[in-house]
Amino acid sequence: MLLELFFTFMKIGMFTFGGGYAMISVVENACVEDKHWITHDDMMNITVIAESTPGPIAINCATFVGYKKRGLIGAAVATTGMILPSFLIIYLVARFLDSFLEISWIAHAFEGIKLAVGILIIDAGIKMLRQIPARMVPRLILACAFAAMLLIDILALRISSIALLLIAAAVSLVLFTISQNIEREGSQ
Amino acid sequence: MIYLELFAGFLKVGLFSFGGGYASIPLIRDVVMSYGWLSEDMLTYMIAVSESTPGPIMVNLATYVGITQGGMLGAFVATFAVVLPAFFIIIAIVAFLSRVIENPYVAAVMQGLKSCVTGIILATGVHMVIRNCIISETIAEGSAPGAGAGNFLPVDMRAAVVTLILAGIYYGSRKLSRTAGKRKGLTPIQLIGISAVLGMIVYR
Repeated sequence: MLLELFFTFMKIGMFTFGGGYAMISVVENACVEDKHWITHDDMMNITVIAESTPGPIAINCATFVGYKKRGLIGAAVATTGMILPSFLIIYLVARFLDSFLEISWIAHAFEGIKLAVGILIIDAGIKMLRQIPARMVPRLILACAFAAMLLIDILALRISSIALLLIAAAVSLVLFTISQNIEREGSQ
Repeated sequence: MIYLELFAGFLKVGLFSFGGGYASIPLIRDVVMSYGWLSEDMLTYMIAVSESTPGPIMVNLATYVGITQGGMLGAFVATFAVVLPAFFIIIAIVAFLSRVIENPYVAAVMQGLKSCVTGIILATGVHMVIRNCIISETIAEGSAPGAGAGNFLPVDMRAAVVTLILAGIYYGSRKLSRTAGKRKGLTPIQLIGISAVLGMIVYR
């Protein structure tokens, strides 16, 4: 069983490019339809949990399925299986990338790739933007975070984006508490 | 002690990267720059490499930075650290905290974090595009073929044009395939492939 967990997630780890949401359907195929390890409802749950917890979604899924099947050891085995392929591939890349970049046409190719990465990052942001509810508080936090981060980047300030996250968490907690109190007073 | 720094740095990344995927890039950039582990260009290249190789971007970047700074052991430490928070948080939720994420206060904080991450990642992308299209002072001396003399900002016309072409291809493909009734346009990996070919032609 542990071996099966390991190899199933190794296969998933080997063939999911880009990570993220692309791999949710792959996990669903392997663990729900193929192996019957978890139910479809479990899968829905883990998607919601993965969205609201830190860390890569792929890792969240592997840990979840492994833990459901074989507890802590199962979780560790599934997660390790998931990581192993990319670990080895990146290890190979790291050994050869520097000498690759000395070849001029590859260096030129990476000049072009650099431009594409900027577009991909903006596009990822736009996709997330569509999921933000059209209410005032989320939009205000978003706009402030955007302006603050752009300022930090352009002026090369030494402020971590973690600081912005903590401020956003505190502000939304305070605003939510206030709105709850107002509602409670209104209903009395 | 480099292993401790790698561990602390990537533990931070693993702990605060809500949303997965590209949402972790601003944070990784933060950590990697503040320790001076990678140059800005090298980080951008590795984002493309991580996108084009299997596995989560966060894990791939952690492994790469670990290798360059501390060899095999460094790679192991960084990868372990970036995964650790997600691992224990999931186990804690499944084992005994399943109701925590339904708590309205927790949900409100999560919503706030998501909005904030979205703003941060948009800013990071915009800044990256701007930086790509402006000639930095070091190269601007003399050897700037694209810089118009009348411009007060040293715009790298070549980069700007290629960026516009790439954006046009990417969003154009999506629009075309939508009108044709197919599902999606180009995938990110395909865009990276096209940009590599364009780079080879334009920067020859």
